[in-house]
Amino acid sequence: MRLDAILSGDRPRGRVLTVVLILAVLALAGAPFLFPGTKALGVASRICIFIVLAASYDIVLGYTGIVSFAHAMFFGIGAYGVAIALSGLGPSWGAVLLGLGGALLVSAVLATIIGFVSLRLRALYFSMVTLAVASFALIMATQAREITGGEDGLTFSVPRLLSPGFRLLAEPLFGVRVDGRVITYYMVFAVAVVMFLAMLRVVNSPFGRVLQAIRENEFRAQALGYSLLLHRTLAGVIGALAATVAGAMLALVLRYNGPAASMSFEIMVDGILLMTVVGGMGTLYGPMIGAILIVLAQYQLQPALAGLSAQITGWPVLPMLVNPDRWLLWLGVLFVVIVYFFPKGLAGRR
Amino acid sequence: MKPRIDWPGRLLLPLFMLAALPFMSPSTWLTLTVAGAAMGMMLFLMASGLTLIFGLMDVITFAHGAFISLGAYTATAVVAALPGMAASQGWAAALAVLALALMAAILAAGLVGYVFEVVIIRRVYGSHLRQILITVGGLIVAQELLVAVFGANPIPVVKPLAMQGSVELFGATIEVFRLVAVALGVAVFAGLQLVLQRTRLGLTVRAGVENIEMVEALGFRVKRLFVLVFVTGCALAGVGGVMWGLYQGLVTTAIGPEMMILVFIILIMGGMGSVTGAFVAAILVGLATNYTSFLAPRLALGSSILLMVAVLLWRPRGLFSGGR
Repeated sequence: MRLDAILSGDRPRGRVLTVVLILAVLALAGAPFLFPGTKALGVASRICIFIVLAASYDIVLGYTGIVSFAHAMFFGIGAYGVAIALSGLGPSWGAVLLGLGGALLVSAVLATIIGFVSLRLRALYFSMVTLAVASFALIMATQAREITGGEDGLTFSVPRLLSPGFRLLAEPLFGVRVDGRVITYYMVFAVAVVMFLAMLRVVNSPFGRVLQAIRENEFRAQALGYSLLLHRTLAGVIGALAATVAGAMLALVLRYNGPAASMSFEIMVDGILLMTVVGGMGTLYGPMIGAILIVLAQYQLQPALAGLSAQITGWPVLPMLVNPDRWLLWLGVLFVVIVYFFPKGLAGRR
Repeated sequence: MKPRIDWPGRLLLPLFMLAALPFMSPSTWLTLTVAGAAMGMMLFLMASGLTLIFGLMDVITFAHGAFISLGAYTATAVVAALPGMAASQGWAAALAVLALALMAAILAAGLVGYVFEVVIIRRVYGSHLRQILITVGGLIVAQELLVAVFGANPIPVVKPLAMQGSVELFGATIEVFRLVAVALGVAVFAGLQLVLQRTRLGLTVRAGVENIEMVEALGFRVKRLFVLVFVTGCALAGVGGVMWGLYQGLVTTAIGPEMMILVFIILIMGGMGSVTGAFVAAILVGLATNYTSFLAPRLALGSSILLMVAVLLWRPRGLFSGGR
C-alpha cells in the first residue's frame, strides 16, 4: 500500500496513538491559520524542530541503547553553522547552504571520532566521553567571542523570502497575512516531515534491524558477524547529522543563535532526553509525542504553577515547591516516575 | 611469584610534572604543581566514592554532582552559623570549623545518599541505561530541591581565617588552603587504602569488585555492602564538596555537576573501580588543568580530554584497572 511505502511499513501502533498523531500532524500543517499569532507560530516551529531532534536522538538512544550527552552539541553546531555563515556573508541562500554544509561536515567528523574512541572500549564510556566533549564544545562556543558572539550569541538577517517583512500575497489568506514568518514555518514543517520519514526509512532498513539486534542482544549480534563499533558509530553519525539539520532550522526561525538557545545542557537534558524518554524510546513516534508534549509543557507549566501557587499562599513548604520557577522539579519527578513505571514511555515499543 | 611492578603507571605522574617544567619558571611551576595537586585531591575526594560504587555495585550514577553541591551548601551553612570561630585567629578554631563542616556534610550527604540508594538506585541494579536515565532525572530533582532550600542566588563563603592567605616556599607563593586540601586528600586516600587492604570489610569489598556472585554465594549480605559503599561514596562527595566550595568561595547549584565532567574523565582514565587509579588520575587532571590554565586558559578542559584520550589509546581499560 502506498501509505506503507511512505511510512516504511512502520505505522504507529495502537488506535489512540494513531489518532493523536494524525491530529497533531494536521494541527501542525495548518498551524499558521488555525492558531494565528507570532507566539503560537513560534511554538509550532519549535515543536517541528524538536520532533526531528528527539527522533534523531532516538536513533542513538532507542535503537542502539547508548546514552549520548552530545546531541545538543550537534544541534548547536547546526545552529552556529547557519548563524556564523549568515552573519558573516550576509543574508543569501548560498550562505545558508554553506553554513549547513560546513556544520554537517563538522558534526560528521566529530561524531565519528567520538564513536571510534569511546565505543571501542565500553558502551558505558560513551556517555561520559560525550558529556566531556559536549561541555568542552559549550566552553569553546561561549569563549570564542569573535566567531560565535560568546554568551550574547549572534543576531543576523535571513534571506529575503524568509524575513518577516516579506509578503508573498498582497491579500491576507483566510484572514492571515502570508509573510516571511509563515513561509519559514512551512519550510521548517516540510523539512521536518521529510527528515522524519527519512529517519523512519533508516530505522526500518536492514541497517536499522542490525541496530535493534545489537540493542536486544549485543553478544548474539556480534556472533552473527555484525561489528558493534561500526554500527553504533554509524547510528551516532546519522543521529548527529539529523540534529545538525534541526539546529540549522532553529537558527533560521529565531534569526538568532546563542549557547543557551541551542547548545546548553538544559536543551540536552530538559529537552531532548526528557522528550525521548517520556514519549518512549525505540519507536520514532514516541519522541514525536514527547516533543509535542514537552514543548507545550514548557510553555504551559509555568503559568499553571503560578496559578496553583497563588491558590495556596500561606501553606507551609508547599508554596516553595510549586513556585513557578520550580517547573523543572516537576519535569524531573515526571522523568523519574516514567523511567520507573513506564520504561517504554507513552508510545514506546511493546 | 611476586607480581610485576607497573613502572610506567607509577612513573607517569612524576614524568608528567617534569614535562611541564620547561614551559615556565621554576617558581611558577611549583605554585601550579601545588595548586594542581590540591585540585587533584579535591577531585579525588569526589571521584573515589564513585569509583568504588561502580566497581562494587556496577552502578553508574550521574547524580553524584548533587552530593558535591550538597556538601558545598552545608559548608556555607556551617561557616555562617559560626561567624566568631571562622573569623578568629589561630589554627584550633579554623580546624574546628572545617571539621564541623566536614562532619555536617558527611551526615547530610550520607543520609540523602541512603535515601537515594533505597528509593532510586536499588530498583535499577543491572541496567546501565536505566541507571543513567534515572540518575539524570534524580539529579534534576535534587538540584531543584537544593534551589528550593538554599535559594537560587550564589552563596558566598569565606574560608576560616587561619586558612586564608598564602606562604612563600622556594620563591613560590602557595595558598595555605591548598596545603590543607592536599593533607586531607592524602589522609582520605591512606584511610581508604587501610580499610580496603587491612580490614575484613575491605577484603569483602575488594572481593566484591572482583566477583560479586561469588561473594554472594559465600553467604555475605551483598545488599548491605552495597548500601554501605553507596552511602560512603556520597559522604566522600560531600567532603569533596565542602573543600571545593570553600576553595571557590562562591557556591552555586552548578558547582557539583560542573565537577562531574572532570570526575568522569578521572574514572575513565584511572580505570573504573580502582581507588589508586582515581588517585593518580585525579592528580593528573588537576595538574593538567592548572598547567594549561596558565599556558592557554581556554583549553583547560580540552587538555583533560586529550589526556584521557591519550591514556585510553595507551591502556584502553584505564591506568590501574581492576578485573573489569
